[in-house]
Amino acid sequence: MTAILGTASVATVDDVGARVPPPGAWRPVWRKLRRRRSAMIGLVVVALFIGAALFAPWLAPFDPIETSWSAIRKAPSAAHWFGTDDIGRDVFSRVVWGTRASLLAGVVAVSIAVALGVPIGMTAGLVGGFVDALISRITDAFLACPFLILAIALAAFLGPNLTNAMIAIGVSATPIFVRLTRAQVINVKVEEYIEAARALGTSPFRIAWRHVLPNILAPVIVQSTLAIAAAIIAEASLSFLGLGQQPPAPSWGSMLNTAKNYVDNAPWMAIWPGLAIFLLVLSFNLLGDGLRDALDPRQR
Amino acid sequence: MIEFLVKRVATILPTLVFVSVLIFGLQQLLPGDPAVILAGEERDPNVVAYLHQKLHLDDPLPVRYGYWIGGVLRGDLGESVRTQQPVLDLIVQKLPVTIELAVLAMAIALLIGIPAGIVSAVGRGTAWDLGANAFALWGLSTPNFWLGILMILLFSVQLGWLPASGYVSPLEDLRGNLAAMIMPAFVLGNAIAAVLMRHTRSAMLQVLNADYVRTARAKGLSERAVVLKHSLRNALTPIITLGALEFGTLLSGAVLTEQVFTIPGFGKLIVDSVFNRDYAVVQGVVLVTATAYIALNLLADIAYFAANPKLRGRLS
Repeated sequence: MTAILGTASVATVDDVGARVPPPGAWRPVWRKLRRRRSAMIGLVVVALFIGAALFAPWLAPFDPIETSWSAIRKAPSAAHWFGTDDIGRDVFSRVVWGTRASLLAGVVAVSIAVALGVPIGMTAGLVGGFVDALISRITDAFLACPFLILAIALAAFLGPNLTNAMIAIGVSATPIFVRLTRAQVINVKVEEYIEAARALGTSPFRIAWRHVLPNILAPVIVQSTLAIAAAIIAEASLSFLGLGQQPPAPSWGSMLNTAKNYVDNAPWMAIWPGLAIFLLVLSFNLLGDGLRDALDPRQR
Repeated sequence: MIEFLVKRVATILPTLVFVSVLIFGLQQLLPGDPAVILAGEERDPNVVAYLHQKLHLDDPLPVRYGYWIGGVLRGDLGESVRTQQPVLDLIVQKLPVTIELAVLAMAIALLIGIPAGIVSAVGRGTAWDLGANAFALWGLSTPNFWLGILMILLFSVQLGWLPASGYVSPLEDLRGNLAAMIMPAFVLGNAIAAVLMRHTRSAMLQVLNADYVRTARAKGLSERAVVLKHSLRNALTPIITLGALEFGTLLSGAVLTEQVFTIPGFGKLIVDSVFNRDYAVVQGVVLVTATAYIALNLLADIAYFAANPKLRGRLS
């Protein structure tokens, strides 16, 4: 939440009295969000996962890649809470360390998508004409390729590793942000305060940065939260297919890939990493839904 | 209507061109000389030289695109480096399996999603609504490959009711085919049911407040008739169009589902070709998917347009 509040206070700096949210405009949003129990549960669970990712070295009782031939496929016990895997690694430690790959992939991929999509969408919306038509058709072309299939193709050609998976997911998610930003900009740019800024001779860049951007942030933030959920599933999917985090580094998707071969005699290998993905994605979805209700009730 | 069609097709053509450029461009992402990568581990200089000539790798990029798109337009998507089969043949072979999976999944999604959406809208704020929304959230947050593994654990390993894998053609053994397809279809349909439920709920909520629904109630019609005859029929059009747009989700999901249940379809083809470094097949699969998506979109638009007389004046 602090990150969102931080962005907002920068964005409210204003020089011609535009109708951008004044400082503290996010307080009612936070108040609304706090009243939604499901969003708060989502926020707490996300915070717990962030904690697990940050403090993985202290939380995990075992080295996540250390194998032990004396502890192969052991059921959950006091020593190994989530059991051990096919080469004797501690599943709990791997789930805890795997949080890093998933959160990193979610946040980095969506940052790529926002960093590319928002400026491109703003350009399309503000410049209009041929530039808009060109950008829109290219966006359509990207959107015509199903998200995961495009990500698989990109990851395949770039080469399988976590960095490329994040790039592939980020690029595949970009068109959604282009489209969203463009639509928002087209709504905002006819407002009087933009007209006023233009009449005062404000440069187009300044108008875009100071007047348009702050007014389209809310839906972008909502979409980003929901996109993180989708990106986490996408990273897990790519890793499950062998196109993301490479073994032996722990990642929930690749753990499930191994686990599916041992469903009949070591089901715990499949249950915990999957549950972790589910909980993290669910929490981001709850938080995103709550943010949408608090920030942008029209979208519901 | 004709004017609308012409306009719609006119926007599709540039999109198709960009799709082809995008997919052709994928090849440029390969690090180093594509011929060396395609030649496999031996890197036989003769093979590399042959590939250079065959793929026109020494020509400038626009010329290479020209050769490639020329082939595509004639139905030549190149050939698989592994099996030497034409890519189009491979795709045509695998497609029926995925289509069967997709149709079954969509049927399951409609059977769950639409009733759940209606119940949730009619009983807004009740336990039913809460339950349906919880189901939708579950469907959207569960990775479908995990759900697949859990179902195998329950229905194949624990209960022994259904086979965990092993696809049989419906032409050989219909019962066996359905037994093998029911779990993957459910796994795939689950996420789409969630999306359909949310759409149905909001479409129904809008319609239930409409004047004609109030009139129907005022006439003394039973609640059942009001909901099913007067409201649902009007809410359905946007739901069906949105259903068509879920095609992409369906295919993305099929890649993972086919992997979990070892179903030899379209999704398995793209994953296998990624690992065999069979890049022409990967490109072919993406191209066919994107084109099909654009075509379906067009059909959905036409259907929407045809079903809604109010739009005719506005759009054309």
